[in-house]
Amino acid sequence: MSLVKLQGIRKSYGSNEVLKGIDLTVNEGQVVALIGRSGSGKSTLLRTINGLEEINGGALEVDGEMLRPGHTNLRALRMKVGMVFQQFNLFPHLSAIENVMLAPVVVKKQNKAEAREVAAACLAKVGLADKEKSYPDQLSGGQQQRVAIARALAMQPRVLLCDEITSALDPELVNEVLNVVRKLAEEGMTLILVTHEMRFARDVCDNLVFMHGGKIREQGEPEQLFAAPATAELSQFVGSVAFH
Amino acid sequence: MLSFTFWDILSNLLLAARWTVLLSLIAFVCGGVVGLLVLLARVSRSAVLRKLSGYYIEAFQGTPLLMQLFLIFFGLPLVGIEVTAWLAAVLALTLFTSAFLAEIWRGCVEAVPRGQWEASESLGMTYFEQMRHVVLPQALRISIPPTVGFSVQVIKGTALTSIIGFVEVTRAGTMITNATFQPFLVYGLVALIYFVLCFPLSFYAKRLERRLHVAR
Ligand SMILES: Nc1ncnc2c1ncn2[C@@H]1O[C@H](COP(=O)(O)OP(=O)(O)O)[C@@H](O)[C@H]1O
Ligand SMILES: [Mg+2]
Repeated sequence: MSLVKLQGIRKSYGSNEVLKGIDLTVNEGQVVALIGRSGSGKSTLLRTINGLEEINGGALEVDGEMLRPGHTNLRALRMKVGMVFQQFNLFPHLSAIENVMLAPVVVKKQNKAEAREVAAACLAKVGLADKEKSYPDQLSGGQQQRVAIARALAMQPRVLLCDEITSALDPELVNEVLNVVRKLAEEGMTLILVTHEMRFARDVCDNLVFMHGGKIREQGEPEQLFAAPATAELSQFVGSVAFH
Repeated sequence: MLSFTFWDILSNLLLAARWTVLLSLIAFVCGGVVGLLVLLARVSRSAVLRKLSGYYIEAFQGTPLLMQLFLIFFGLPLVGIEVTAWLAAVLALTLFTSAFLAEIWRGCVEAVPRGQWEASESLGMTYFEQMRHVVLPQALRISIPPTVGFSVQVIKGTALTSIIGFVEVTRAGTMITNATFQPFLVYGLVALIYFVLCFPLSFYAKRLERRLHVAR
């Protein structure tokens, strides 16, 4: 069943059209990786899916919530779409568990006791049950990113968006974050990831979407796409990234 | 001729200094409340509010406090509103303080990284929820040193109210000088009183600032 459906999404910054008509369908439980050169529009596309960027054309639908140009009430959409950022963006004035609890209490009006329980479970899920009381600046980058994942999960989103969530991490911390994502994928979470971790994309993703110049150039199963790129751009891109 | 002892002079100055302190406190508290409202307008999503609050800040930052005092004390009676020196002093200092604090605090709100707005937005928070739970708490922390630092300007600003006849420590100094003909001693003591009030504040502000830098 399709959970996320993008139709003809267009987005411009001034006269610079960054997304030139994107059609994409993501089914429930699917794990999709967006790949492509820097500047090809991956982040912008991801950000439109939870309304961080206003679209200039097309329509998108997440689990029945429609979004069209000029739409301003985004709360319902955002409650279905979680997002994890490259720079973690944890709230530095709140402890780990408070970071995770905040939105459920403020946005979903959960009572604090209930929210604390959910938050503790989310932190446990990302392997940080013992860090509830730590503040972001007391955590390593990998731990911070895992708190950020827990924070998104606490809202019980239908789909989780991850924008290069390991790119700001020291190499030795990348795997602890990827393992969490892998676990979520195995549990059936619908995921859309922008990633440069090609091996991870190949192992975990069901569908690979190659973006080029604001358009989807190719998509398909990872093995197939890597083995036999149909376009010159993708074969060039595949040649330029290391499989580590 | 009456003779004044040193203690007469000092005790009279200290009694008047209570008004300096009280006026500073009132101006700072009221200016803080008004300043917070101006700040909220300044960083709101409404372009009209942003513009109006910008004019407000420019107006008070771009004119001398003395002119603001004169306008209130001498200007308002012309349009039929009588104001006492005390009221004019409180009003002028409150407006002045609110404009400066709003501008200081705007800088602090803008110092909160964009990512904080994006993360809270992506979680479905409204603008006010973002402000209340994410942005203002962080802005508050960085605003403390410059705010404490600015309180020194408010204290020194109260000296100007002596010109419209409000008897605080500077005005008391002038009156005592006229009676004793000892300007050097009297104004020296007045300056010392200001210093004793201001120095701990600026010292504290500097220390807070250093601590904030280390914490980063
Ligand atoms: N806020 C913005 N204002 C103007 N241009 C932007 C903005 N964000 C992104 N762009 C432009 O949009 C294009 C796509 O950017 P992005 O989606 O970040 O690409 P990617 O994530 O694939 O590297 C780039 O050319 C970039 O310069
Ligand atoms: Mg990007």
